[in-house]
Amino acid sequence: MSTTESRPAGTPQPSESGGILLKLRGLSKSFGPVQALSDVDLDVSPGKVMALIGDNGAGKSSLIKTISGLWAPDQGEINWEGRSVQLHGPRDAEALGITTIYQDLALCDNLDIVQNMFLGHEPLRLGMLDEPTMETAARQTLKELSVTTVRSIRQPVGSLSGGQRQSVAVAKAVMSQAKLVIMDEPTAALGVAQTRMVLDLVKTLAGRGVAVLVISHNLNDIFEVADHIAVLYLGRLVVSRPASEFDRQSAVEYMTTGAAGRSEA
Amino acid sequence: MSDPVSTGTTPNPSESDPPAGGSAATVAPSAEDTPEGLSGAALAEVAPEILAGSLGEYFGAWSRRIRNGESGMLPVIAGLVIIVIFFQLERSAFLTSQNLVNLFVQASIFIVFGAAEIFVLLLSEIDLSIGYGAAVGAFVIAELIAPPVSLPWWLGILCGLAVMSLLGFVQGTLITRLGLPSFVVTLGGYLGFQGLLLEVANADKTAVGGVINIDPNSPIYKLVNNNMSVTLGWIILVVVVVVYAGATLARSRQRRAKGLTTPPTGVTLLGVGLVAVGGIVLMLICSTNRGLALTKVEGVPYVIPLVLIVLLAYTWLLGRTRLGRYIYAIGANPEAARRAGIKVNRIKTIGFVLASFTAGIAGLIYASTQGSMSVDINGGQYVLYAVAAAVVGGTSLFGGRGKIMNALLGGIVIAAVFNGLGLMGVSAAVEYIATAIVLIAAVTLDSLVRRRATAH
Repeated sequence: MSTTESRPAGTPQPSESGGILLKLRGLSKSFGPVQALSDVDLDVSPGKVMALIGDNGAGKSSLIKTISGLWAPDQGEINWEGRSVQLHGPRDAEALGITTIYQDLALCDNLDIVQNMFLGHEPLRLGMLDEPTMETAARQTLKELSVTTVRSIRQPVGSLSGGQRQSVAVAKAVMSQAKLVIMDEPTAALGVAQTRMVLDLVKTLAGRGVAVLVISHNLNDIFEVADHIAVLYLGRLVVSRPASEFDRQSAVEYMTTGAAGRSEA
Repeated sequence: MSDPVSTGTTPNPSESDPPAGGSAATVAPSAEDTPEGLSGAALAEVAPEILAGSLGEYFGAWSRRIRNGESGMLPVIAGLVIIVIFFQLERSAFLTSQNLVNLFVQASIFIVFGAAEIFVLLLSEIDLSIGYGAAVGAFVIAELIAPPVSLPWWLGILCGLAVMSLLGFVQGTLITRLGLPSFVVTLGGYLGFQGLLLEVANADKTAVGGVINIDPNSPIYKLVNNNMSVTLGWIILVVVVVVYAGATLARSRQRRAKGLTTPPTGVTLLGVGLVAVGGIVLMLICSTNRGLALTKVEGVPYVIPLVLIVLLAYTWLLGRTRLGRYIYAIGANPEAARRAGIKVNRIKTIGFVLASFTAGIAGLIYASTQGSMSVDINGGQYVLYAVAAAVVGGTSLFGGRGKIMNALLGGIVIAAVFNGLGLMGVSAAVEYIATAIVLIAAVTLDSLVRRRATAH
């Protein structure tokens, strides 16, 4: 494809991860005079952590809302597992296997971990809630995700720490067989040890073959977990490259100016 | 009666024991709280029946909770004890079996109204119409079983409850589809149903002066005014306790075998023990001859097991079905529920239908108590007593927290005050004011105690 200055520098190579899960091509979205997204191309691969960074107002949330089906793009194509798809709502995205974990986590504080994990799709036995099945499955999922700090799986979620709550939200996504998990600022407002818990979880998730798309402001966290970094600037995807090709300074420059300050290939 | 135990099966949502002890969110994190969450000590206080490994640990955690201010039901039970002592000193007739059975029957009405209100309170809504709504339902029942219609009693009841459900459905639909505040819509119901009540009363020519009598031979009359035989009562008690004990212990054993969370056996046995003791006390009170002169009156009025069955059925509904689970979820976080695919509007409407339906049962009990149904009923007062019973029993006004059994304790407290003041023959003014004081004292105490807990 012809490169113009609006093309992202270094479109990712599809072959390394063996099949791209989600391909966005030319995604645009505007609200009146405000161009939230401009001609965004993005590839997300299974088993890899893609970090989406950008300054406030760069379009990160807009992109997430489009991928999760909340908004329909004005232009452009969403390609899932090789087929072009139209998402008419969050249900469509979920049906495909896209789970979004928003900052508010969407957990019910008065319900316990098991109840939250199965909320909306509880298995029934003889017309009643099948508690043993749910509890066993929940326990299993948490173990697979190496979430070990929770004292009891029957604790109300309101009594958990921020990191544990994130773990529950992620476990919920995993149990619904999500293929792409989008996390919106997962470590915001978390302390050091809890951030550690969440970052480990992100890596575990990718290790299981799930594609993870993380929005974050925290470059430390990004550089720790991301395999791939994509930078948004004023609605445009200005660069998408393996994380190893970035350093902190270049990342910040891309975020704040839309281009690298020093000359780059 | 205090029930510090979950039933040995799945803990109900928000069941931090003792009930209404506040959700875990009100436990103040202490300095030793780890980043993994509340420290072990704080955690054990939050949910002793979940984390305690033995009966001893359970009591340790429980008493620590009390010392830290999370005393839950204790102030209310202590208050009830004080109220009982006070009234017994004022009128030694208070603790006679005759008066106590009277009290239980009065309490039945408050308990069922309370249960009705709890459904909507859990959803973070309120229903102000259940008082007059119940009156409409009861009037419909009374008119249908009386001549000229003369339906069989069970058909009359079904029709009355169907009418109630319809009223609840209409209110629920307005609230959910049009997004109107439940306070306003049910206030409209409160006013509108008063008119409806008068219309319904006028429709039947046998309802003279707005009063329709209930045939003393009708089972509806007998609900409150007739009693189960003493023998039958004891047999049922023994069967219930044995079945409950067997089922609970068996389930505990099954869960433990599968490696699921189970309260310690000691705690489960304690729960069974309390139920047994409560049942025995109830039977002893009711079995004592409370008749005057030569007429022997003894046995449990039929209404008491009816109320207990209703409470148990609803507890099952809220704890073991999807509907119940979703009610709690919506009360805590409607957005999370919506995102989980729950049909929030439908569940909320069902909540209002259940509230009105249950209010219909309360109306039925009321009519049975009076032996008639009159347009004179003070529907507004019953609504407030319903809310009071729910709140005193531990249901939160802000949604998501509470159990149907809260209505049992709350209803008994309200009825005790009502009954005691009645015995003392105080004026209506004093009665109202005293009940108000009890309500406010109960929630103030609970709130203060909880504030102290979060302050340190």
